[in-house]
Amino acid sequence: MSIENRLQEFAKTAASPRQLLDNYKKAGKKVIGVLPYYAPEELVYAAGMIPMGMWGSNKKTISRAKEYCATFYCTIAQLALEMLLDGTMDQLDGIITPTICDTLRPMSQNFRVAMGDKMSVIFLAHPQNRFDSFGLQFCVDQYTNVKKELEKVAGKEITDDDIREAIRVYNESRAARRAFVKLAAEHPDVITATSRSNVLKAAWFMPKNVYTVMLKALNEELAALPACDWKGTKIVTSGIICDNPHLLAALEENQIAIVADDVAHESRAFRTDVPEDDDPMMALAKQFAAIDYDVLLYDPASAKNRRGEFVANLVKESRAQGLVLFMQQFCDPEEMEYPYLKKALDNAGIPHIKLGIDQQMRDFGQAQTALQAFADVLAMQ
Amino acid sequence: MADLYTLGIDVGSTASKCLILKNGQEIAAKSLVDVGAGTSGPKRAIDAVLANAGMEAGDLAYTLATGYGRMSLMGLADRQMSELSCHAKGAAFLFPGVHTVIDIGGQDVKVLHIDDGVMVNFQMNDKCAAGTGRFLDVMARVLEVKVEEMGRLGALSTKQVAISSTCTVFAESEVISQLAQGTDRNDIIAGIHRSVASRVVGLAHRIGVQQQVVMTGGVAQNTGVVEALKDQLGCEIFTSPLTQYNGALGAALFAYQCATK
Repeated sequence: MSIENRLQEFAKTAASPRQLLDNYKKAGKKVIGVLPYYAPEELVYAAGMIPMGMWGSNKKTISRAKEYCATFYCTIAQLALEMLLDGTMDQLDGIITPTICDTLRPMSQNFRVAMGDKMSVIFLAHPQNRFDSFGLQFCVDQYTNVKKELEKVAGKEITDDDIREAIRVYNESRAARRAFVKLAAEHPDVITATSRSNVLKAAWFMPKNVYTVMLKALNEELAALPACDWKGTKIVTSGIICDNPHLLAALEENQIAIVADDVAHESRAFRTDVPEDDDPMMALAKQFAAIDYDVLLYDPASAKNRRGEFVANLVKESRAQGLVLFMQQFCDPEEMEYPYLKKALDNAGIPHIKLGIDQQMRDFGQAQTALQAFADVLAMQ
Repeated sequence: MADLYTLGIDVGSTASKCLILKNGQEIAAKSLVDVGAGTSGPKRAIDAVLANAGMEAGDLAYTLATGYGRMSLMGLADRQMSELSCHAKGAAFLFPGVHTVIDIGGQDVKVLHIDDGVMVNFQMNDKCAAGTGRFLDVMARVLEVKVEEMGRLGALSTKQVAISSTCTVFAESEVISQLAQGTDRNDIIAGIHRSVASRVVGLAHRIGVQQQVVMTGGVAQNTGVVEALKDQLGCEIFTSPLTQYNGALGAALFAYQCATK
């Protein structure tokens, strides 16, 4: 299969979660919706069910979800609920609602009320203090609750061996995605911003073992390509999600390649592996404790601006010329953290722009202008 | 060597502006039509500038489009560029010592930082219309005055009236409320100018204001906004009679660069 055909397969998957859900259900599978951020998807896989990421939609308009949501909830959370209410994703057998951010915490209860008896709504409270033994144990306890609820939905016990196998499959998938991100940076002539997004987005909708086979095949072909002499500019993206086709097209129109990312929906979700030589539930908790440089997670040394410096170094190491921050409207953690990120980027002499976005955006004129102007600034430097 | 003529077209959200440059130095002709993107404005402005110059399209060495409606001209123009780059170019041509450009257009506000005539950083407003030309249009309609009269009328103000700077819709309600209470119209206009200025100043301070400060775009013709900005920034603000043509001028300059490459 050609690279182009492989990319089309990923594009089709990324664009049709509803169709995939139909297919899974017709095949007799149970499917669990997984909301952001850092739910232990491995447990869903270990239960023999399909996890599907729920990161909103660029095509829907918030209507029925308004009945349940405060106006300052981000569109990602509101549109996830909208899709459960308008029939798009209501065939799910359950959803996991992590509560890391100030929207998802109360939203978990909105989901519960809105779904009633329709599906299992599984609450997950990660620990703030996740490093010490009490934090790890709290995380294990929470994950154990999730596991019990998943067992009820699956109608079967999840064994330690099931979880160990899931961890192995997921680590392999994370490694393949990290490899893809590097290969995409080396071949921006072949992997456009859109196709890069499609490949990474598809991971949220497919069983990871199947996805990883597809991705490894693509990676092999990319690795065999001759080096690319990219004439355009190179950037790093940051933010919660960066999958809007219009914004990605604007990057391509201006010859801007994404060579690395600090995006929650992309690399932040697969930077950290789970230890494979430990009690599997504790291993999952240790992975959560090991996730670093994240806007959403407590950093005892945050005053040192470690995260800002990490992102600035990411830009330098990936040889990008600048950074584009896709700022989700009403995302408090990202907004609060922005001054620190800006300071670190300014100190490192890295140009950046902040684009305000949300998933109900329908006019892209201003964003296109900003991206084109940013490309001009980078090119002139 | 024959003279080289280049055309810059700036299709904004509320007006279409064209400017023809001779040899990248001398303004040969210009035109302005008071409707912008998605209207007959761009074509009418092009026809007018060619008529003003006594030229035909074939006489032009290069045409470059900019502004909100630049994409719609790709059949007519040889290239398109963002209006930020063109405003920076135009301002640096008119004011070689410029370091900060404040451009208030019909639907957005941009602050550009320029070093040695080159844009090195910029800020744009978010999606809100507060602080833009559209904000002034809405207020002029409610106050039953022409937008071009607002500068003169605001200067007649004798009392400070505060108008919210956060939202066009709420500010409109505030203005209606002030009118209902019998507040002097000129005082309200001056309050609107301060409101626009405070919004823009907040944006400008995000990238830092370095003199010389130049204001471009249609709103630069409103002396009330310019004075309010001077007051709040605490520095001189330079404007040009060509302010509305600044984007088209920058486009024509880039067009000359492309034609002589």
